[in-house]
Amino acid sequence: MPKVFYTDADGVVRAIDGEVGDTVMELAVRNGVPGIVAECGGACVCATCHVYVRADFGDRLPPMDEQEDDMLDGAAAPRRPESRLSCQLTLTAELDGLSVTTPATQL
Amino acid sequence: MSGILIVGGGQAAVQLAASLREYGVDRPIRLVGAESWQPYQRPPLSKAFLAGRAQPGDLLLRSMDFYHANDIDLVAGERVVDIRLGACGGVAETDSGQRYAFDQLALTTGGGPRRLAVDGARLDGVHYLRDVADALRLRADLPGRESVVVIGGGFVGLEAAATLRAQGLTTTVVEAADRLLARVVAPVVSDFYRSAHQRRGIDVRLGTSVEAITGDRGRVTGVRLADGTTVPADLVLVGIGMVAHTDLATRIGLDCRGGIVVDEYARTGHPSVVAAGDCTATRLPGAGLVRLESVQHATDQARVAAASLAGRLQPYRATPWFWSEQGDLMLQMAGLVTGHDRVVVRAGPDPERFCVLYYRRGRLLAGHAVNRPADYLAVRQALSRGASIPPDLAADLNTPLKQIPTEPVPCT
Ligand SMILES: Cc1cc2nc3c(=O)[nH]c(=O)nc-3n(C[C@H](O)[C@H](O)[C@H](O)COP(=O)(O)OP(=O)(O)OC[C@H]3O[C@@H](n4cnc5c(N)ncnc54)[C@H](O)[C@@H]3O)c2cc1C
Repeated sequence: MPKVFYTDADGVVRAIDGEVGDTVMELAVRNGVPGIVAECGGACVCATCHVYVRADFGDRLPPMDEQEDDMLDGAAAPRRPESRLSCQLTLTAELDGLSVTTPATQL
Repeated sequence: MSGILIVGGGQAAVQLAASLREYGVDRPIRLVGAESWQPYQRPPLSKAFLAGRAQPGDLLLRSMDFYHANDIDLVAGERVVDIRLGACGGVAETDSGQRYAFDQLALTTGGGPRRLAVDGARLDGVHYLRDVADALRLRADLPGRESVVVIGGGFVGLEAAATLRAQGLTTTVVEAADRLLARVVAPVVSDFYRSAHQRRGIDVRLGTSVEAITGDRGRVTGVRLADGTTVPADLVLVGIGMVAHTDLATRIGLDCRGGIVVDEYARTGHPSVVAAGDCTATRLPGAGLVRLESVQHATDQARVAAASLAGRLQPYRATPWFWSEQGDLMLQMAGLVTGHDRVVVRAGPDPERFCVLYYRRGRLLAGHAVNRPADYLAVRQALSRGASIPPDLAADLNTPLKQIPTEPVPCT
């Protein structure tokens, strides 16, 4: 069961156990983690599930496709090199311990 | 317990409850929905869910923890059948005989599928697609079926047709108008979708109305068209639009015109009652009565309605946006095309990637992008800022849309 650490903009950390195959967005929504809105439910069309992924996980993440890359430009909070849309981050065993920070705003 | 009663358990209802808490409202909130499921999202019903790639639990809008943590009393599986309204507040009664008192009321009752009124419409194998129960019924009816006729070339019909075709069914789409998605997109987009679906093996019949659904021993066998031909089918899916649920609103004397009429603050004619989502017809300054059926509209209008109930009015100013996933084709739309007098097409060598921009007197109104998310975003951001993208520059594919300096919109 891969565990994900969500840190909100105030620095509060929540650790949630997920299943392989869940996305980081789904896990957050299912467990009521604040800071992720996910208005479109995972279709990668709204950019309201923006997270900053801790840098050392970068090379274990699934690659970013053009849809995600372009939609990230529309996120409400500033885009940074470690920005991803959490609906595109599907959990694998290798991602156990993944640490993401949610931005101050998604809208 | 008095407090705020939200009738309806969909996208708008959940957002309204969540926003009330965000705005610091600490009065009791009760949400009463007719469906027996916890509130869920509908968009996947014609896409991943229909394809069998998602289960009901995957669709939930929020976890049960969310309702507990926010002290939202969620009542699922009860339909409000009557409301009595006084000068301030009232009482709602459900089909199970429960009574819920309230001092403020929010109607988020959505809508139901428009029913087809032809012979054979009640045969086994004739389906609609609005809620999980419909989708589960349709899914259960798929094994062993070989052909489907989809009646209606709107978003839900086309998405479902693409999903079913990808599962190997012989698929026919029958549309009464002379093009697909006729009410919402320009002809160039309609034509694209016709060819794109044809390329994937869907038989698209335009300008064709349905005379009857034929059957044998209670089960559908085909669809008879106005020209006398019959398309054989062992499944029929009717997707001819939605009818807003306005019966309760009418009963309590609210103005309804294809939807519950609300102003830009989501207020109805009664001071204790707001409404939001698919069930509304919104009077927007300069635009008249607008009816929108989308996740964006349901959530943004719910935020506005919550603000009104919380006593801090904020007008509805959101830029409308919508998406439709038809197989591997992602359509993203921003703005409203109503009243456009010019379209500019940004297209390159790949026929399945383009963007159409809509203008009125040189001012950007809307954009529809197929597999071009960056173009969609540029249009949406320009519209949100109240700016325009000069039409003469927009067609040049070598310049990214977002790099074209936007122009302020002249006052009209
Ligand atoms: C198959 C399908 C695909 C879609 N795809 C997309 C898409 O890709 N993108 C997009 O933006 N939008 C899409 N939509 C539209 C989107 O789902 C709706 O706009 C949205 O669900 C509207 O939310 P709502 O809360 O206003 O209404 P609804 O979601 O319809 O919720 C209303 C709820 O109220 C309940 N209710 C009604 N009357 C009563 C009563 N008297 N008492 C108690 N409860 C009551 C109903 O049972 C229902 O559960 C799709 C819709 C469908 C059906």
